[in-house]
Amino acid sequence: MIAELGHAALILAFITAIVQMSVPLVGAHKRWPGWMSVAEPAATAQFLLVAASFAALMHAFITSDFSLRLVVENSHSAKPMLYKISGTWGNHEGSMLLWVLILALFGAMAAWFGGNLPPTLRARVLAVQAAVAVAFYAFILFTSNPFLRMIVPPMDGQDLNPLLQDPGLAFHPPFLYLGYVGLSICFSFAVAALIEGRVDAAWGRWVRPWTLAAWVFLTIGIALGSWWAYYELGWGGFWFWDPVENASFMPWLFAAALLHSAIVVEKREALKSWTVLLAILAFGFSLIGTFIVRSGVLTSVHAFANDPERGVFILAILVVFTGGALTLYAARAGAMEAKGVFGVVSRESALVVNNILLAVSSFVVFIGTIWPLVAEMAFGRKLSVGAPFFEAAFTPFMILLGLILPLGSMLAWKRGSLSRVARQLVPALVLALAMGGLVWAIQSGRTLLGPVGVFLGTWLVAGALTDLWSRTGRNRDLSRLLRLPRADWGKMVAHTGLGVTMLGISGLMAWQQEDIRTVHVGETWTLGDYAFTLKDVTREQGPNYFATVGEVAVTPAKAQGGEIAHLYPEKRTYPVQQMPTTEAAIDYRFLRDLYVVIGDPQGDGGWVMRVYIKPLANWIWGGCLLMALGGLLSLSDRRYRIAAGARRQAAIGGVPAE
Amino acid sequence: MIWGIASRRLGPALVFALVATVALAVQPDEMLDDPALEARAREISAGLRCLVCQNESIDDSDASLARDLRLLVRERLVAGDSDAQAVEYIVGRYGEFVLLKPTASGWNRLLWAAGPVMFLLALGLGLTYVRRRAAAQPAVDETLTAEEQARLDDLMKN
Repeated sequence: MIAELGHAALILAFITAIVQMSVPLVGAHKRWPGWMSVAEPAATAQFLLVAASFAALMHAFITSDFSLRLVVENSHSAKPMLYKISGTWGNHEGSMLLWVLILALFGAMAAWFGGNLPPTLRARVLAVQAAVAVAFYAFILFTSNPFLRMIVPPMDGQDLNPLLQDPGLAFHPPFLYLGYVGLSICFSFAVAALIEGRVDAAWGRWVRPWTLAAWVFLTIGIALGSWWAYYELGWGGFWFWDPVENASFMPWLFAAALLHSAIVVEKREALKSWTVLLAILAFGFSLIGTFIVRSGVLTSVHAFANDPERGVFILAILVVFTGGALTLYAARAGAMEAKGVFGVVSRESALVVNNILLAVSSFVVFIGTIWPLVAEMAFGRKLSVGAPFFEAAFTPFMILLGLILPLGSMLAWKRGSLSRVARQLVPALVLALAMGGLVWAIQSGRTLLGPVGVFLGTWLVAGALTDLWSRTGRNRDLSRLLRLPRADWGKMVAHTGLGVTMLGISGLMAWQQEDIRTVHVGETWTLGDYAFTLKDVTREQGPNYFATVGEVAVTPAKAQGGEIAHLYPEKRTYPVQQMPTTEAAIDYRFLRDLYVVIGDPQGDGGWVMRVYIKPLANWIWGGCLLMALGGLLSLSDRRYRIAAGARRQAAIGGVPAE
Repeated sequence: MIWGIASRRLGPALVFALVATVALAVQPDEMLDDPALEARAREISAGLRCLVCQNESIDDSDASLARDLRLLVRERLVAGDSDAQAVEYIVGRYGEFVLLKPTASGWNRLLWAAGPVMFLLALGLGLTYVRRRAAAQPAVDETLTAEEQARLDDLMKN
């Protein structure tokens, strides 16, 4: 019964979205206030309806209602509660329902916080948002209905893929979707502005918080997924340049570009048409990502053939919305005259370079991702484009970005002085060179990756600190820092985060140590400065799996000393899905992780053991957290709360001028 | 990477799950006694694709075909092949699909050139734009329209 109610709510949400898409658009065109004001209650109603529908599906998963086909295929009564809940979106139909839920949420938020927008713009934004929603409701209802019943319900379900039964991955999709779909509101703003024929500083200010929010969520979502891959897949890889990963990375890069170019629109009324284009592209790439993930066309032509209906449907959505928006853009972009005048050496120009680098690197990821498809269809060549290509073709742009970032972020608006900024940054440069040189001197191999990465990372972090220091003014008044706008703090924290991530990636890739061997219980072996002893191997039983658990003691290899860590790597088998997983045991420390994996038993009674020393591994995700935190700080800047229309009697008097 | 099992039913969660491994890649019994030779084998393996997996190198893969390829690479190295010869041997048998890093031959030059060419193009456009902004006259009309002024007053009141 509840499932039927959920289904009905979804259909009602579909109908509401159709109304929200059409009536306000006509109203805005004809300037009829009554018609325009339909948008807000419709957005709220649509959100409540789809939320009810989602809750109904979640209820079915929580109560293990095996009369629902989706629950049978993706759940099991013995599964822990957390994974019953996350099972709701751990499948195609449920994840699409989550997608529209978030789409409707963003629409509703734009309605709730958009009191400050001009009425026609607000009506158009909400109408465009609803149009996207209509397409996805139709997709779900006609091709991927989650509420289908079984004629003969089985006794129990087929379980969720065991790899997904993990806390990190339980929350990875919601965050990723909040990011992906959050970009839809920027898209709606861009299309609405094109229809209005007007982009000004206020538009930039409205779009930026939404972009920031989407970018923050994407950052967290990608970091969670990457961290999960690190500890779950059993050898500590954290990024594979897989098409499906790239699908989330391209919108992230575009969102980062958009977030920076919107600043120029907001502060200087320049780069307008480029920013609108970026907003369209950012969401367009979210749609491309959805297409890649949902159709499986790039990972396997076979998977696409299994489900052509769905793939073609999403492709059609992609073509209609991105194509339509770009056509509109081509017709209207010329009307958007830039106002701000700035010198060749200025913050504006630096942000143009930032945008070029981010957009081009995203383009490189894109072409690398689709190239196998292009090559096969156009030139009849079956080939692969894997990590080595991306490392070679993508990294140079990131290095350039890292080199320029501290300089650009300190240049003055309108007309800057490069020599002045360069003078301020000399200590940071010296420090970075010293660190890079030191690392070059002490490392044993001849790889350039480590020293260059350490140089860049240090340069970014020290550059952000220099920026902060420069804000204390001539007389080094530290109290000025407390009064800095949050957006400025956000900028510095996020840029520091990028530096930390670069340090982590280069440290891990350059100096990782690995040892693979067969070990008997009681045997001790060493890797680097550590001695490992396999104390015991036992068989244990979990709620819905069997496990082989090793017990490994880690002590210093040379000096006498106490135990550093006691680790329990596991190898699990989930009987329902007939699938083994490895649960690496990791000793997390600030400067390095020890990563221990137990493998298969060998004929002579030994076990395959793999141990890794992974320097700076945590820094990768620590940096991502800092980037997200920077975004949140910036988002909390009071200027956006005012711009977002939260009407409150803020103490305007006590705020210093910038 | 077991796309067949993992893929379709699982959600976006699968962003990363594609790389599922089961048993682990290189096994101790495959490894060569000569550490230098073994290091070369590992390096070569990292650039060769496991043919039955999705975008996974034979070094990372647990598939039995990947194991066969790993052993084949080691066999060639022991037989005295250079790195390039060993790779060439594998490509000769399995086609260029096996290379994770596509060669810069034929149309693939387009792939390799795309980034740099796009960058130069964008840099040129950007420079033109920046130059034009630098030369532009400040917009004369900096005043607000009546509507904007009313909204500004409204904002300031709050």
